[in-house]
Amino acid sequence: MISEFLYMNGYGLYVWSAFLFTLLSFSILYTIIKIQYVKERNKFISKFGALDSKKAQVAKTQNINKEILSSTQSI
Amino acid sequence: MFKFLEPNKIFLITSKATKYVMVLFILVLSIGLVEALVLSPQDYKQSHSVRIMYVHVPGAWISLGIFSSITFLSLSGYIFKNKNFFLIAKSLAPSGLVFNIVALVTGSIWGKPTWGTWWAWDARITSMLILFLFYLIYLLAWRIYQNKDKVYKITTLITIFGIINVPIIKYSVDWWNTLHQPASINILSKSSIHSSMLFPLVIMTAAFALFSLLIFLMKYNTELIKIKNKGLDRL
Repeated sequence: MISEFLYMNGYGLYVWSAFLFTLLSFSILYTIIKIQYVKERNKFISKFGALDSKKAQVAKTQNINKEILSSTQSI
Repeated sequence: MFKFLEPNKIFLITSKATKYVMVLFILVLSIGLVEALVLSPQDYKQSHSVRIMYVHVPGAWISLGIFSSITFLSLSGYIFKNKNFFLIAKSLAPSGLVFNIVALVTGSIWGKPTWGTWWAWDARITSMLILFLFYLIYLLAWRIYQNKDKVYKITTLITIFGIINVPIIKYSVDWWNTLHQPASINILSKSSIHSSMLFPLVIMTAAFALFSLLIFLMKYNTELIKIKNKGLDRL
């Protein structure tokens, strides 16, 4: 039953390789974009931490900066 | 005008939306895979190889849709002088490129058992390859040019030239004798595909669309943080 499902009348190799290629492409793209996101976010956090109190106050007035700092989402 | 498209406002939504889109994508993809690989019937001529359609066709549709959106956004950005349109267009491009590659590679895999060849310089395949080159040039332009005004101009030009290729891809099967069959799904008239195959195709298209939305949201957030990093440098 399972081997029949995998074999697919001799077309299994084509069908499975097409689906695996698609899922692999998705995983690679997701990983690359995720790495870029984490890198930029960490850069932002370290830069924000390096600001003196006056500059940090100015930066904190912008809502988007607060959002970036508070976004601890794990996508 | 377009005040609702301010990056600050969009970031509030996009930063929270990613996890919900991810959950929805996994759910829809799981249903789609079961439908495509288990529940949908085999074709009377192509047997099980027809299942490749469930990744090949959505990949092609979405890569075409994304390129059209990029062109529309680039032109709108240029007309309305809104830089955020360019940022949205740039964030859409990576998933468009990957869907284009998926369509080309899975098409090649499908071609071997169906036509007996991995590749043919058929009008539809060649025009899809040209679209891939346009995606590549578009993304490279963003990497090469640092001057913002120059990159906006160049990427808009690339999309204008590239969009000419989109109707060629769509109608290539009608205009030339190609290995591809004419369209089986028509929005305005009756589709020739059976509902047992149409349903998994629609589900897989929805899953692919959700994946491109997920990648777009993550990429857009990254681009916004990049801008904010430059802003902190200027403080």
